[in-house]
Amino acid sequence: MSAGQVTLRGVTKAFPAGSGGQVVHALGPIDIEIRKGEFFAVVGPSGCGKSTLLELIAGLTAPTQGQIEFEGRPIQNIPDGVGVVFQEDACFPWLNVQENIEFGLRQKSIGPEEKARRAAAAIDMMGLRDFARSYPAQLSGGMRQRVCIARTIVAQPRLILLDEPFGALDQQTRLLMGDEILRLWREIGATIFLITHALDEAVMLADRIVVMSARPGQAIDLVETGWPRERDSRIVEHENFGSLTSRLWKSLREESLKTMGRTGSAHE
Amino acid sequence: MSRLRLYQLAVIAGFILILEALCLAGVIDKITMPPPHIIVRDFVSMVLAGRYFDDIGKSLSNVLVAFASAYVLGIATGCILHGYKTARDILDPLFATYYAIPIFAFYPLFIIMFGLGDGPQLLIGLLLAVVAVIVTTLNGLDRVPPVLMKTARVSGLNPLQTALRVTLPFCAPYLLTAAKLALAYAFIGVIGSEFIMARSGMGYEISYAYTNFDNATMYPLILMILILSIAANSLLSHWERVLLARRGQK
Repeated sequence: MSAGQVTLRGVTKAFPAGSGGQVVHALGPIDIEIRKGEFFAVVGPSGCGKSTLLELIAGLTAPTQGQIEFEGRPIQNIPDGVGVVFQEDACFPWLNVQENIEFGLRQKSIGPEEKARRAAAAIDMMGLRDFARSYPAQLSGGMRQRVCIARTIVAQPRLILLDEPFGALDQQTRLLMGDEILRLWREIGATIFLITHALDEAVMLADRIVVMSARPGQAIDLVETGWPRERDSRIVEHENFGSLTSRLWKSLREESLKTMGRTGSAHE
Repeated sequence: MSRLRLYQLAVIAGFILILEALCLAGVIDKITMPPPHIIVRDFVSMVLAGRYFDDIGKSLSNVLVAFASAYVLGIATGCILHGYKTARDILDPLFATYYAIPIFAFYPLFIIMFGLGDGPQLLIGLLLAVVAVIVTTLNGLDRVPPVLMKTARVSGLNPLQTALRVTLPFCAPYLLTAAKLALAYAFIGVIGSEFIMARSGMGYEISYAYTNFDNATMYPLILMILILSIAANSLLSHWERVLLARRGQK
């Protein structure tokens, strides 16, 4: 495993305040190294800057301080080879499933046959063949999220960023989608960077998990799960699963309490 | 045909039958209104003889010009204002109270400024229609989910591609609503102005026929306006329904 597909060094992010307020120091300083091909997860209390971290790596926003590199080059704009799946429903309601997925290929300079072939492969991989002509409104939340995942993988990214992609789904669907993601991860060989607030989800899916502190988010713990690459949601039965989850919770509990105390005092 | 549609047709048919009965019974006298079957007969002979086609053509082309210019101007203004929050905040009270202004009150002024031609009528139609388009466009742009914009960015689309492939398609139902409103307002503005003062046009001919007790002209022309306006609106509504049905919004 060659080291450092993504490297963050001393990264901070501050947001300019609204009228009269103070600058909001949202994140960092934080140092993270994501290895090529691994499944990397970030957990943290709400408002700790998890999503900001993802937007920084996706090139959607620039860091206030520090450097972020993707495959040895500093990130400018949206780096090629990075795909993102968001928590919210990001299907285009006016396009059918097939067209939604082909949208992921719009900017690629490849011929129409190759596009159709790749879209068909992504549709098969996500089990959407029977729904290729359906519109998002006809699909369940889980199916729509599959469409978004298919739209991301069709561009064959080397790094996939998942921003709480199962946050809006029910528990059974989440577990099944977890299986799908693990299968995808093995089949396409991309690195996965997952943001989640669900500790069991992080432990079930990831090779390594970073725990973030309350705002401004900093890395306070790094947990290696040591799972084999061949795994699925049944890993929750593993003898280490409970101890790993409780270790995460121990690191997180105090931070979550801080957040609650803080928001409590700020809003009351 | 759905049951609901049958009821709707029955209501219209019933209304026409009652009118017919009232006219034939003399409750409504002939000077006020001829029976509906006479109106239809006059309408058919007017259409077959091609009478007033100049006026109809002139009114329709003015409606179209007023509609098209209000539509283009309104969407452009909406898009620009969406990007400039301060300008939008300054203009917001105007938009909020705009339809409390009787635009027709300015018609005499416009005639003084531009003469008794098509200009003042077009201007009234444009002024009536344009703000509805601006407001509806802004409404649509406000509702574009941020996650779709983020998706456009991570897919590497530039601002123009984002507008053409994401923002505009998302806003399409709003733009259709805007078209419906603009067309209705353009009709009202143009035909209404012709009523007040003009040298030709459907509104002018109706008003002229009215002063001369010429019911054989007045009612068929009214029927013509109804048919044209409802036909144009139904077409846009149908299109709107198709778009919304696909998105599961209706």
